[in-house]
Amino acid sequence: MKVTLSWLREFAPGIDGDPVELSETLSALGLTVEEMTLVGEIVDGVVLARVLDLREHQSADKIQLVDVDAGDGRAQQVCCGAFNMAVGDLVPFATPGTVMADGMEIQQRQMRGELSSGMCCSGAELGLDDDHEGILVLNDRVVPEAELGMDLGTAIGLEPDVLWDLEVNANRPDAMSVAGVARDLAAALGVDFSYPDYSVDSGSTDDAANHESAEELLTVEILDPTLCGRFVATVLRGITVKESPRWLADRLTLAGMRPLNSIVDISNYVMLELGQPSHTFDLATVPDGLLRVRRASPGETLTTLDRLERELTAGDGVITNNADEIISLAGVMGGATTEISDATTDVLLEMAWWDPPTISRTAKRLNLVSEASNRFRRGVDWGENIDRAMQRFIQLAARLGASAVRGSVDVAGDTPDRTPLLVRSTTVNGLLGTDLSAVDMASHLASIGFGADVVGSGSGAEDLAVTIPTWRWDTVTETDVAEEVARLHGYENIVRTVPRGELVGGLSDYQLRRRLVRQVLVGFGCDETLPMPFLAPGDLLRAGLADNAVTLTNPLVAEQSVLRTSLLPGQLKAIAYNQSHRCFDVRFFEIDHVYLPPPADQLLPDEREYLAVALAGSEAPEAVAALDLIERELGLPNVVLRSASPPGLHATRSAEVVVAGRTSGVLGEVDPLVLDNFGVAGRVAWLELDLGALLEGPQRNRRYTPVSKYPSSDVDLAFEVPDEVTASAVEGSLRKAGRTLLADVELFDVYRGEGLAAGARSLAYRLRFQAHDRTLTDAEVAEARQACIDAVARRHGVSLRS
Amino acid sequence: MIETLRRTAAEAQTRLAEVADLDALAELDVELLGRRSALTLAKRQLGSLAADQRRTAGKALNAIRAEIEGAVSAARERLTRAALSEQLEAERLDLTEFRRTVRRGSRHLVTQARDRLEDVFVGMGFTVAEGPEVETAWYNFEALNIPEWHPARGSFDTIFVNLGEPEEVMLRSHTSPVQIRTMENQEPPVYIVAPGRTFRADTADATHLPAFNQIEGLVVDRGITMGDLAGTIDEFVHTFFDGDVKSRLRPSYFPFTEPSAEFDISRADGTWLELGGCGMVHPNVLRNCGIDPDEWQGFAFGFGIDRLAVMRHELDDIRELVNNDVRFLRQF
Repeated sequence: MKVTLSWLREFAPGIDGDPVELSETLSALGLTVEEMTLVGEIVDGVVLARVLDLREHQSADKIQLVDVDAGDGRAQQVCCGAFNMAVGDLVPFATPGTVMADGMEIQQRQMRGELSSGMCCSGAELGLDDDHEGILVLNDRVVPEAELGMDLGTAIGLEPDVLWDLEVNANRPDAMSVAGVARDLAAALGVDFSYPDYSVDSGSTDDAANHESAEELLTVEILDPTLCGRFVATVLRGITVKESPRWLADRLTLAGMRPLNSIVDISNYVMLELGQPSHTFDLATVPDGLLRVRRASPGETLTTLDRLERELTAGDGVITNNADEIISLAGVMGGATTEISDATTDVLLEMAWWDPPTISRTAKRLNLVSEASNRFRRGVDWGENIDRAMQRFIQLAARLGASAVRGSVDVAGDTPDRTPLLVRSTTVNGLLGTDLSAVDMASHLASIGFGADVVGSGSGAEDLAVTIPTWRWDTVTETDVAEEVARLHGYENIVRTVPRGELVGGLSDYQLRRRLVRQVLVGFGCDETLPMPFLAPGDLLRAGLADNAVTLTNPLVAEQSVLRTSLLPGQLKAIAYNQSHRCFDVRFFEIDHVYLPPPADQLLPDEREYLAVALAGSEAPEAVAALDLIERELGLPNVVLRSASPPGLHATRSAEVVVAGRTSGVLGEVDPLVLDNFGVAGRVAWLELDLGALLEGPQRNRRYTPVSKYPSSDVDLAFEVPDEVTASAVEGSLRKAGRTLLADVELFDVYRGEGLAAGARSLAYRLRFQAHDRTLTDAEVAEARQACIDAVARRHGVSLRS
Repeated sequence: MIETLRRTAAEAQTRLAEVADLDALAELDVELLGRRSALTLAKRQLGSLAADQRRTAGKALNAIRAEIEGAVSAARERLTRAALSEQLEAERLDLTEFRRTVRRGSRHLVTQARDRLEDVFVGMGFTVAEGPEVETAWYNFEALNIPEWHPARGSFDTIFVNLGEPEEVMLRSHTSPVQIRTMENQEPPVYIVAPGRTFRADTADATHLPAFNQIEGLVVDRGITMGDLAGTIDEFVHTFFDGDVKSRLRPSYFPFTEPSAEFDISRADGTWLELGGCGMVHPNVLRNCGIDPDEWQGFAFGFGIDRLAVMRHELDDIRELVNNDVRFLRQF
């Protein structure tokens, strides 16, 4: 919402002072100033001048020579790039030494051999309009007292003004008008607020029109009172559609609206000034002057002003004619058949109050959010303001030669209840943490037009009977009223306290352990990445994964239209991106959400928190190392690597991670084909875990095992083991056979090659035997050693290497 | 004889002072003090002397031996020290060659900011709550007092998901659904912050991302006031930001709080920077979660996490946070 100081002062002349301080006051009222601009100020040194002569420049055809009289009677020559003025024209003239708004200083200088002693200015150069092309010709803009050499602002009667662009919140329909902003600001500054006189200027009334009354000409029927709270209509005769007067067009332009023609401009002007939109019909196109207000039936259509046929749904508000044909979409857009044209002489003027949710739904569905529908959907004033806006419209139209018939047709539907609301001062103080008296509260509320009477209550504390004004549709409850009290009291005057909660803050076990995982991986040399969770269609297939992901309805770009079910595609993209910048062996991890398709009977996706580790330039064992670190840090119980070929991973270098009997992830290397699909060079070791499930799952028993005080004996055993038998299976057999005497097993060497059968490798283990209660004898160690050898031979058909 | 030995001893001193290595010293040691040394031989001859002469000569011999032994051990110490220092010299390393051969990774900037925020609020007595990023219209809007027709809905630029009825499931447009989920599952008092990813149909540019991170705070307790809200924000601002950063509240509007406010923090140049929104929890929101607004009151606040990281590290393009360029990540 854009407002100017001069416009605000028409409602509250007492609004005055430093524009920056006024901005602060507006912001403190919740009318946040997004931008403040000083307008109508012309830099010093620009004066009114007359063109005396125009001559060609002998050595330049893009510029001409102009002689101007800047008030001293002398002809001063300037070189000028514009050709739109004639001898005798009045023009703005920047004298040498003038510093223009863009910082350029005007100097006397030679241009292609000709002296130029100043500059004739365009409207844009002075900030008066957007025209950069021609010189601003001022012949019919100067005030009667103007003389050559006069300061330009004075010569054209320019008033310096302040323009504010305010952010108006959805609960402040009243502040979508100059009057509403003025009311708030006047209250905050403690100055008077009142409406100007909107009666038609004497002498402009057309007697002929005044003989007729609106009642005779118009009939309005509200068939659905929930749709329309009030419908006021009248007729303006003798209207001509033409260009608006300059002052009106200038104000609309400053407020950010483009002037179009007198009728549209008056409608917009009244809407900006008082917050009440209006609609105009060509009276000749409304048979019998009959308007009916009802809701549309499904399948009905209307061709709107923009010549588009709109399909309506049940619930849309419409206005129909005497043949039940829809001629307007209530509060949203008029119909083409009743549009004002150049031939229009008589106008049916409508001002109404529409049910905000209805307007909101229709405007949103048809994507027809306009200045008008935006006000209706927030709730305009259904009270006196409609009459005031009618008067203002008629007053402005009368200045352009139109005349209104007597009175108006005024039909009421359902409007919100405005029975006084009981507001307890204790509740307000209890919510705000203030200590205001009921009288203080009443005075704050009265300053913005709320009715507020102090009434006694049984408990001794005083309460208020508050009548909420009709321009505050959104204000309904005691809490809403408390907010108004807070706003006028000033948020900054609320004493700051800190709640004395009895709870102890802290991170959950889940959150703490998630942080530990990050620290461990950072120590492992991995950088944490956080790609956005969107994928492109086909990314999952390219990663060798099932293409069953949830998709977005309204993605911004197709590349971001799929919700990931795995962290793999995002990580591969990140690696490819870095490789394309010559950073090859990146080590990444990510802890973030994936969105698996909803389980049966569930609406929302099965959202999980996954961990991925992606190690470019590393082979599968590095992923195993990462898992081992995480296993140790989190104390995961019974972690088993189960042979498998998970999708997207290397067929013979990957496995499933099973924790406490539950499949909890995959690890190994990424399938070379997948790497190729994503343009990744070299190998990538990969680990992906359902971290959330692990953090919520069981942890290893943390009870301690006593450390033996007796000496230990180490025994090395090397087995020739076929590739099908896993090292962890052999180790399991050794541990089982060694029973309690086997304190530790370490696989210290793996060898493939000469001296071994094809498809087999040597696994060398160091076994440490130790008892808790004695030193083991040589015989005991030998016996335990043999038991281990026998067990491996028996379970895996594997013998000691000779 | 004694005189001869004294001369030998003096000579030995000179030789020991000049001996160049430990092997030569060992030989010299044997020569001077060994079984066949003049000193040992002389000692053997003591028995042939008269008793009083024997005593005098014995004393003299012992003194000479002690003197030589001392010299030998001094020479040994000198040579050992020299050998060690030679060895150390041979082992000299330029340690700067070994810097950064092991690289620690880095936590993402957003994680760092989020962890720090969590820590500050934990210190203020809050716990950390989390919730899903894909939400229903109920949690994202309706329970938060934003009915389907409400003008505020449009301002969220919601990204919807192809599940359920049209516009029934969406990527959450704020972390506020976590408020509802928490209040549904937990009796008051509630003191939580909820950090997490939120979404908006914004084209990615230097200052916007369609997916970004926010943190939300919620307090529901008996007798909570707007003064408590202002005080809590002030305390947070003092703790989180360095220096004398101040805070202020300005009236604003959110459907789920009443009264509502924006909160600003002061900048060094005296201007204010809008940080986030806040307000007293709307009674309808409490009711929607089965909490009696006459018994409990609360406040909520929320602001961007990414923006704090951007401010702190003076990033000129927020997209760096999701590009995962290792040359960026490794700076932190």
